[in-house]
Amino acid sequence: MSKIKGFLANKKNHSFIIPIIAILLGFLFGSLIMVLSGLNPIDLFVSLVRAVTGIDISNIGTGKKIFNARYIGEYFVYVMPLVLTGLSAAFAFRTGLFNIGGEGQVVVGAFFATYVGLTFDLPGFLLLPAVILAGALGGALWGFIPGILKAKFNVSEVVVTIMLNYIGMYSTNYFLKQLPGSTNTKTAEIPQAGLLSSDFLAGITNNSRLHYGFIIVIIAVFIFWFVIEKTTFGYELKSVGYNPLASKYAGMKVERNAALSMTIAGAFAGLAGAILVSGTFGYGRVINSFENYGFDGLAVALIGNSTGLGTFLGALLFGALKAAQPIMQINRIPRDIAIIIISSIVVFIAMRNGIKMKLDKIKVKEVEK
Amino acid sequence: MAYAIEMLGITKEFPGIKANDNVTLQVKKAEVHALLGENGAGKSTLMSVLFGLYQPEEGIIKVDGKEVKISDPNIANEYGIGMVHQHFKLVEDFTVTENIILGMEPKKSFSRLDINKAEKKVKELSEKYGLKVDPKAKVQDISVGMQQRVEILKMLYRNAEILIFDEPTAVLTPQEIQELIKIMKGLIKEEKTIILITHKLKEIKEVADRCTVLRRGKYIGTVDVESTTEEKMAEMMVGREVSFEVEKYEAKPKDVVLEIKDLVVKNNRNLDAVKKLNLKVHAGEILCVGGIDGNGQSELIEAITGLRKIESGTVLLNGEPIENESTRNITLKGIGHIPEDRQKYGLVLDFNLEQNMVLQNYFNEPFSKKGILNPGEIRKYSDKLIEEFDVRSGKGSLSETRGMSGGNQQKAIIAREIDRAPDLLIAAQPTRGLDVGAIEYIHKRLVEERDNGKAVLLVSLEMEEVLNLSDRIAVIYEGQIVGTVKADETNENELGLMMAGSKKGDTISDE
Repeated sequence: MSKIKGFLANKKNHSFIIPIIAILLGFLFGSLIMVLSGLNPIDLFVSLVRAVTGIDISNIGTGKKIFNARYIGEYFVYVMPLVLTGLSAAFAFRTGLFNIGGEGQVVVGAFFATYVGLTFDLPGFLLLPAVILAGALGGALWGFIPGILKAKFNVSEVVVTIMLNYIGMYSTNYFLKQLPGSTNTKTAEIPQAGLLSSDFLAGITNNSRLHYGFIIVIIAVFIFWFVIEKTTFGYELKSVGYNPLASKYAGMKVERNAALSMTIAGAFAGLAGAILVSGTFGYGRVINSFENYGFDGLAVALIGNSTGLGTFLGALLFGALKAAQPIMQINRIPRDIAIIIISSIVVFIAMRNGIKMKLDKIKVKEVEK
Repeated sequence: MAYAIEMLGITKEFPGIKANDNVTLQVKKAEVHALLGENGAGKSTLMSVLFGLYQPEEGIIKVDGKEVKISDPNIANEYGIGMVHQHFKLVEDFTVTENIILGMEPKKSFSRLDINKAEKKVKELSEKYGLKVDPKAKVQDISVGMQQRVEILKMLYRNAEILIFDEPTAVLTPQEIQELIKIMKGLIKEEKTIILITHKLKEIKEVADRCTVLRRGKYIGTVDVESTTEEKMAEMMVGREVSFEVEKYEAKPKDVVLEIKDLVVKNNRNLDAVKKLNLKVHAGEILCVGGIDGNGQSELIEAITGLRKIESGTVLLNGEPIENESTRNITLKGIGHIPEDRQKYGLVLDFNLEQNMVLQNYFNEPFSKKGILNPGEIRKYSDKLIEEFDVRSGKGSLSETRGMSGGNQQKAIIAREIDRAPDLLIAAQPTRGLDVGAIEYIHKRLVEERDNGKAVLLVSLEMEEVLNLSDRIAVIYEGQIVGTVKADETNENELGLMMAGSKKGDTISDE
């Protein structure tokens, strides 16, 4: 018992203990809601396992098909954009900024990627990189606007990014419809050379939409970690995020860093837009309402404590709950339960300090003994 | 003998630390009782317990011999306990009277404010206790000393019998301090009881009857002030003998390092805070800009270091103009800066110690190369500074800066700034809020820099520090240097008058 207590009290372990406690509390709360509404919480976990691993536990022993690789593929299709929007939010968090504009950056990134994919007449091997880079560029542009307004005129980036979400979505919807071959809901298909999708990956996952976007995601996580942890630029960004006054005192260009940070955050979200277009769907979509990739990114970054690896893990969890929603509906569990769990996990994560205080108390008692 | 206040065996714990450990405080009626201790000794915690802001884990509080439970400040007020805070809690736009009656206004019919009655009452009180105020003046227009008197009147208006003064002299001129001491003595004559929180031994000697000393949360003892020496009290406070004198030889000033000509700088309210100021600092001397807080010191330093825009005038460092250069360039040209607010400006508290140690040179080799940090070199450098400057903290280079004591935080900044070997070292209130031991060390280091032929520009509000540490003193008043004197040819009285703007000092030649 005292070993466990010592483990819990050790500050070094707090960075991962706290999110785990928050996640457990979130599931506990969700289970409680299910019990109260007359549902069996176990069904929830069955759905989750099926969504992530493709193994249908309820079919074990019934002679029906137990394993379907397609679920695994679709799970990662959910996860990939979430990692990128999570990195976007985390990058801004690190500089003390709130990037609520992930949503807009995703759609603008998606539009740029679509535009390049459909209209640029490039040799095959160049088209795909151009599509991906265009996505990042579009997102970066949409992050640069709040960044430069913040730096030059001290306009709240929260207000600007929220508004830019709407401007981004409705204006790109208009432009998407103007592209040759577009219908009211989508654009023409992007040529094969501009796509991330892969017959091989689809083949091993029973025809899921799994695509090579995961390579981009892994590179993005690595770049995030490297910039934040290893470079003087990352050092400055963190310094500005923690204490802008001291950063100014130390001669850092606080405003410039804020603008840069928002731009880079936008680029991460724009990449999410690019892989949605070139990986998941293969065409540009006219969307009627936000798909919450950007907002979910905020939650993912929070769960991951704004680190590269943490954000990746946060997206795995979030993606699991998202991917489980359709399966839950098949099992007659309202998908609202999954949303309640996600939301309560975020609330518990936001209560980080409260959990930390409780953990610190364990230590005090230990010392007395 | 009846005690007005008894706090017996008070223990107050915060996670990981016992702020008060079985502390006893017994205050007699109509005495000035000093509460002495270093920063973090538990003085404020003890007073917060008395004032109902914290609940102690153990111990009892008695008022006039009766045991009481004080669960919030309103109850403390009911028992006649009032607090004069270090940072005044006044409404700037209100008049003296309005501030005093705030929350307990005399009323006419239909809840209309009876301002005449209020003014009369304030006048009565102020005459009775000899607290000179102008009841109709707005608080923003009156001096700091008078603002403090308003705070005291606020307590008296609420019939406080026991007044807690929290470091009341920190913001006052020597003349105002004398005035305050007179007021305290007057209050005692009227049977009021005073608890004086301070770490200034001289004032205790002057005004207090008895003194209770705390050290690291523990009760050390209570002494009769009359029969004790300052040295003895200091020893009780620190736990070892301390020297008050700054040991140094005569300065050997050389070339001018910093020259300021007709400098004009605006403050945050867009008013001129520094008005055509002229100043020269030589290599090998400590020049102190002395003055009362808010006379343009902060703006002056910020202007020199590039943190604030210069409206007009020139600043020359080694003969080269640096006005309106970027902070980074100024730093690189040879200015070290120990900022006045170490936690706000000097450190990134969420960084660990080694990250803070390279805050001014992380972008240079060997700490980074082409934008990539070199953790090995940073660690080596940080370990070296920690060793050399005796920065004490739990985990060395990896310590959480936030968790370090104020003295060690300051030592870390001083290490960082001195090690860059700047030609000019600016030290803004380098010992504010630090305990005697840390002050001793920091003074020694600044004198060493001087002896190494560096120019030291000191800004200090502590009269003792101004007189002991500096070679020359430039007194600043309303944004101008009103006189420059040699430290060993002046005294507290003369400086005090100059700081208050009532005496123009003769400017001694700086050449």
